[in-house]
Amino acid sequence: MKDTTQNAGPVIEARGVGLTFETGDGPVHALKDVTLTISKGEFVSFIGPSGCGKTTFLRAIAALEVPSEGHLTVNGMTPDQARRSRAYGYVFQAAGLFPWRTIAGNIRLPLEIMGFSRAEQVERVHNVLQLVDLEGFGKKFPWQLSGGMQQRASIARALAFDAHLLLMDEPFGALDEIVRDHLNEELLKLWARTGKTIGFVTHSIPEAVYLSTRIVVMSPRPGRITDVIESPLPRERPLDIRDSKAFIDVAHRVREGLRAGRSDEE
Amino acid sequence: MKSALPVVVVVVVIIALWYGGAAWLNSPWVHDQAARAGHEVSLPDLLVATMQQDRPVLPAPHQVIAGLYDGITGQAISSKRSLVYHAWVTLSGTVFGFVIGTVLGIALAVGIVHNKAMDLSVMPWAIASQMIPIIAIAPMLAVVMNSLGAQPIVTKAIISAYLSFFPVVVGMVKGLRSPDQMQLDLLRTYNASANTTLWSLRLPASVPYLFTSLKVGIAAALVGAIVGELNQAAGIGARLLSGSYYGQTVQIWATLFMAATMAAVLVMAIERIEGVTLRRMGMAR
Repeated sequence: MKDTTQNAGPVIEARGVGLTFETGDGPVHALKDVTLTISKGEFVSFIGPSGCGKTTFLRAIAALEVPSEGHLTVNGMTPDQARRSRAYGYVFQAAGLFPWRTIAGNIRLPLEIMGFSRAEQVERVHNVLQLVDLEGFGKKFPWQLSGGMQQRASIARALAFDAHLLLMDEPFGALDEIVRDHLNEELLKLWARTGKTIGFVTHSIPEAVYLSTRIVVMSPRPGRITDVIESPLPRERPLDIRDSKAFIDVAHRVREGLRAGRSDEE
Repeated sequence: MKSALPVVVVVVVIIALWYGGAAWLNSPWVHDQAARAGHEVSLPDLLVATMQQDRPVLPAPHQVIAGLYDGITGQAISSKRSLVYHAWVTLSGTVFGFVIGTVLGIALAVGIVHNKAMDLSVMPWAIASQMIPIIAIAPMLAVVMNSLGAQPIVTKAIISAYLSFFPVVVGMVKGLRSPDQMQLDLLRTYNASANTTLWSLRLPASVPYLFTSLKVGIAAALVGAIVGELNQAAGIGARLLSGSYYGQTVQIWATLFMAATMAAVLVMAIERIEGVTLRRMGMAR
């Protein structure tokens, strides 16, 4: 697919974005005054406690929610235009594979909807299964795969149609530590290989620090950005970088940011 | 095979109770006959006599089985006395009506899920329609269909469709609405149209619900066909009615057993199809 993102220009630009849900108990300020710019090729993590608006912000970028105020553009377009031009792949918290389709069938789903030719579908499915290390599992049904493998298939599905932006909402949250470590490594390798821009929501401080070039710390009530940390860690990161001083310093700063956010509301 | 023993025990108990009931319900007639002839009836003679009557109040199991056997194998297939012939007539009406009812039910369900106006207006009417007793409508419908020159099978099919569309509507509406918000959001991120969402998500997700409704629907369709035949020349319903007119209780019971067997076979057939389909769709439990 042609590269429709210009070399200049940020991928995501948010200025004063706010989102208020009107509920029966009164308005809920899920997002307030969020200002952020994400450039091409960055890996940005959003971290914070429940209710801090990180998932809401990701969904606003994906045009699954509409901001009540402020200015938000994706690739220079409104989020809905970006959604209609299929500019991003979204990975949900659960794998969400259709049980009546094989793994290959599930990955083919966006390709069928977007009108790729049969031959291209087969080729892309094959490539993307290789990318997530699920070669040979194309003909299996989701129930035959473990949770980690299903989540990998879900990531493969998001990568299949060459969107330059990948939005991931706590994709490894439901998995155990060992599988999580492995998938974190795989994700970094994938990012290095494809050069995509990634927005990643997580609960886990080590995960956020390990994966990102930039960490956005958020806090709730109202959902807002408390701190934005540029990661000093190199792009090439083996897993044992997590024991290095630089890593621990960044994690400490993230923790401080989270604590500051919490004390604000008390 | 360990599950066979309870079933066998229950069947034996039912047959024992049945024989007892037959002896008890048929004995007044034997006593009457004996009183008229002026002599007493001993207990063993009484028991034997209650099991061999031409028009018993409650036919004994062996009489019903004999009647069933005779109706199936003892008659030429095309004769008016053959249970196979009547079963076939009923079956054709049932299946015809069932197919119409299912198609109509699915179409209504798709409309209800996609159109707010239909959602609010169709359901109450569908529910209200099921409140009308079929026995009241069947003769009227038969007269109307006759005057239009339609074949008797049309009346049956309409009643079968009428009874079987409702479970299909209810089940399919539930099934079409069963996908969760996350799956719907996923399709939104692909900018999928409502039509695409219907064919790629909602319809496949509703297949288990559809089969559940089909099992209920085919039993209802069979009942509808039988009721529709009550004023007709052939079919299980017609045979039941003629048995009732002429006091042929054995004929009634044999026909009832035939209908019950048909119902069991039809439901099992749908279960088989369900098993194969769900396995192929990777949704087998």
